[in-house]
Amino acid sequence: MDGLVLKNLGRRFGAVDAVKDFDLHIKPGEFVSLLGPSGCGKTTTLRMIAGFIDPTSGSIELDGKVLSAPSGSVPPEKRGMSMIFQSYAIWPNMTVAQNVAFGLNLRKLPSDEVKKRVGAVLETVRMSHLADRYPAELSGGQQQRVALARAVVIRPAVLLLDEPLSNLDANLREEMRFEIKRMHDEFKITSVYVTHDQGEAMVTSDRIAVMNNGRLEQIDSPYALYSRPKTRFVASFIGRTNFLSGNCGNHMIDFSGFSVPLGMLGEEVTGGGPITVSIRPQAMKLSATEAGRDKAINLEGSVKQSSFLGETWDYVFQSREGGLQFRVAAPPADVFQVGAPAWLQIDPKQIVPIAD
Amino acid sequence: MTSVSDTHAMGWSKDEPAKVRVPWRQRLQPANLLWLFLAGILAVLIIAPMWTLVVSSFTDAKTGGWTLQNYVEAYGKERHITALTNTLKMGACVVILKLMFGVPLAWACTRTDMPGRNFVRYSVFGAFIMPPYLAGVGWILLAGPNTGWINKIWHAVSGSTEPLVNIFSFGGLVLVTAIGGFFLVFVLVSSAFEMINSEMEDAANILGAGPFKTAMKVTFPLVMPAIIGAALLSFLGAIALYGVPALISIPARYPVVVIQLTEFFSFPLRIEVAAAYSIPLLLITAALLGLQKLILRRKGYVSVSGKGGERRIVKLGRWRWVLFAYCMIVVSLAVIMPLFVLLLAAFSESWTTGFSLSNLTLSNFHYVLFEHSSSQRALMGSIGLGIAAATVAITLALFIAYIVQRKLLPFSSVLAFLAVSPYVVPGIVLAIGFYAAYALPPIALYGTYMIMALAFITRFLPIAFTTSSAGVRSIHPEMEEAVRILGGGRTTALRHVVGPLLKRTLAGGWLLIFVPAAQELSTAIFLVGPTTRVVSVVLLDLSEEGELEKLAALGSVLLIIIVAVVALGMKYLGRDFMLRRS
Repeated sequence: MDGLVLKNLGRRFGAVDAVKDFDLHIKPGEFVSLLGPSGCGKTTTLRMIAGFIDPTSGSIELDGKVLSAPSGSVPPEKRGMSMIFQSYAIWPNMTVAQNVAFGLNLRKLPSDEVKKRVGAVLETVRMSHLADRYPAELSGGQQQRVALARAVVIRPAVLLLDEPLSNLDANLREEMRFEIKRMHDEFKITSVYVTHDQGEAMVTSDRIAVMNNGRLEQIDSPYALYSRPKTRFVASFIGRTNFLSGNCGNHMIDFSGFSVPLGMLGEEVTGGGPITVSIRPQAMKLSATEAGRDKAINLEGSVKQSSFLGETWDYVFQSREGGLQFRVAAPPADVFQVGAPAWLQIDPKQIVPIAD
Repeated sequence: MTSVSDTHAMGWSKDEPAKVRVPWRQRLQPANLLWLFLAGILAVLIIAPMWTLVVSSFTDAKTGGWTLQNYVEAYGKERHITALTNTLKMGACVVILKLMFGVPLAWACTRTDMPGRNFVRYSVFGAFIMPPYLAGVGWILLAGPNTGWINKIWHAVSGSTEPLVNIFSFGGLVLVTAIGGFFLVFVLVSSAFEMINSEMEDAANILGAGPFKTAMKVTFPLVMPAIIGAALLSFLGAIALYGVPALISIPARYPVVVIQLTEFFSFPLRIEVAAAYSIPLLLITAALLGLQKLILRRKGYVSVSGKGGERRIVKLGRWRWVLFAYCMIVVSLAVIMPLFVLLLAAFSESWTTGFSLSNLTLSNFHYVLFEHSSSQRALMGSIGLGIAAATVAITLALFIAYIVQRKLLPFSSVLAFLAVSPYVVPGIVLAIGFYAAYALPPIALYGTYMIMALAFITRFLPIAFTTSSAGVRSIHPEMEEAVRILGGGRTTALRHVVGPLLKRTLAGGWLLIFVPAAQELSTAIFLVGPTTRVVSVVLLDLSEEGELEKLAALGSVLLIIIVAVVALGMKYLGRDFMLRRS
């Protein structure tokens, strides 16, 4: 199989499974994020890919070649990968140019070729004018650019990024997200990006693998992950959502106060019994009157709380029948007073059944 | 799996784990060998001498059988017991005096607006560079009962024939021992004062505590662990010190343990008894260091080990001159007065006749540098041993510290423990252990520089290890991982990243060892042979011969060499390298 393949990967530390039964296939040139809360095993997985940690079960293959297995692993220096570290790990005893040239010199490239490639990559990260500076004389963002240049200049088989933006301030972080995206678009390097910040993951990634407790919860494109989460963890970790418990019959799902025909949902639902669905605040609309929108679910109730977030209103709506509470997002022009009667329309296509 | 060019890829299947390039056993075996190699070195340096020390204390010298007779002989005489109790008494008094010197000076230099803080700091630093036995000689010149300059002036002024002060007394012994070691109190306590964040004091202020109450309830309790630690180390330093008692306690007729030990080492040689007699020193040291650990752990003063915040300086008003006067008295006693008379004596024909132009001469320097063959050889020997001990100790310690910090080998904490364990062994006890283990046939290292070099390496290995360990810890592992992921091996990482980044730390550690190793006396005293005397031992010989002017000259040469090396270090490493805690 071409690309990076993680098969049944697992790593135990003492009695704790840091990573368990992890399967992932990253296609050549793809940018995949490992997203999850701290302690979910994402960094352990990345360090296994790099070769700094050996797996205790399963294997890692690159283009059909086994790199890591419990019986032994190819050492990091023989993997042809590169990595951007959380601490940047820019060597303070070398200038910017020397830092970037290091990997090329290890590959024994002729010096004019090294010079040419260092110059080109520093141009790309807009650091040419600082090539002779020492890292201590650079800002955090500039060090980050050096780390990026140093990692991509060797044209690695896989680029690994370990929370590279977590030490930067908010504005710089936003800027660097696009920088990383731009570098990926330019060089098309297979990349694995570890982060706990969903915004970073969504901007940069082709696909996001959400991890929890050492396991893979779901892997999908950012849009699919947001609009069709498969588990309660994914639905709540990515963005905000409303969870509703209901009972699934043959033709309808019954919630307290209203029901939805199975045919109106965005996906096929089979089987009966208790069911949980996720409804994003953006999947609903508040209005002052009962708007007769087609195929929409209409609930009567009132506004309980409101907060203005700038780009949207964040309302809490309570239905009259069943007393269900929903968080609803509304555009700034839709102003409702707390306590005012209102109608809530839910788009049934955006009601997503999830596994608990 | 479409590409079949790679044999590893072909071998892969779900139930059969892949065979990869580096088999598990091959990787582990050299690592085991390395561990054994390092453990072997440490066994030679630490375990064997200490083990031999303990074993020989239970061995019958004639039959080689098991016996308690050595202990009977060591503790059977009242004189021997008195020496032990005397030592403890002396140690306790030295601690009190060292704290009285060190703590106020540390506070004055770190937390007040006292004038001349830098001068005081440098003077205390001078007390570190000056070996205790040289300070002792300085005080003999100053306060010897008949010919000491203070007494001579007193005689001239008062007409009395009785001495005003007598250095050959219990008080003299305590004073000279204290001034030779109070810099350690100063260093430990100042760094504790520097770690205290003023916000903690502000918090007490805002709750209604005045400056005095704040000092008593917040500031001093926070530095208390440092003071206790310094007190314990001072005690241990005082009871194991050899040079000062050798100069003072014999004429003062105040027997102490270290002097008694040399008696066992003179003819007839009774190493086994000496070993038995040194066991209490070892036990006291281990017990007190254990106690210190216990105290520090129970109190858990995290703030003192934490990051220092902004410090506010206490405004003393006119009291700052009182404090300044006190500091000047301390540094005069400790450094300025003994150093001054020592230099003066070095340039004098005869120190007893007092200062006059006709008395000035360079002949003492000429004698020790060009005429006295054992002085020349001793200077070379001391410098050579200092260089060898510092270089080997730092190299070995760096190796171990790297392995321990990066967790490269299983059970590496055993190596770390061994590397710091000589810390609990007083120098003179270490020397007895080395003598017992290596001096006699079949190894027969007695009278070689080798046995001293080994003992010095062991003695200074803890300093070397803590310095290297701190250095390695300060390098983020990702610095090396970045090398490896880009295609460099561990050696590449060490050569291009770790080495260059550690250069300064290692050079600082090297100097921290070189300075005391070049002056070391306690460890050398039983290990020097007729042709391998070091400066410290030759200085003692000269004092026994009454050649105090020549002694002063040789001591000055040693001081000049050390000051030159330290000055070089300050220029290269920044002037605070030695005041940093190691």
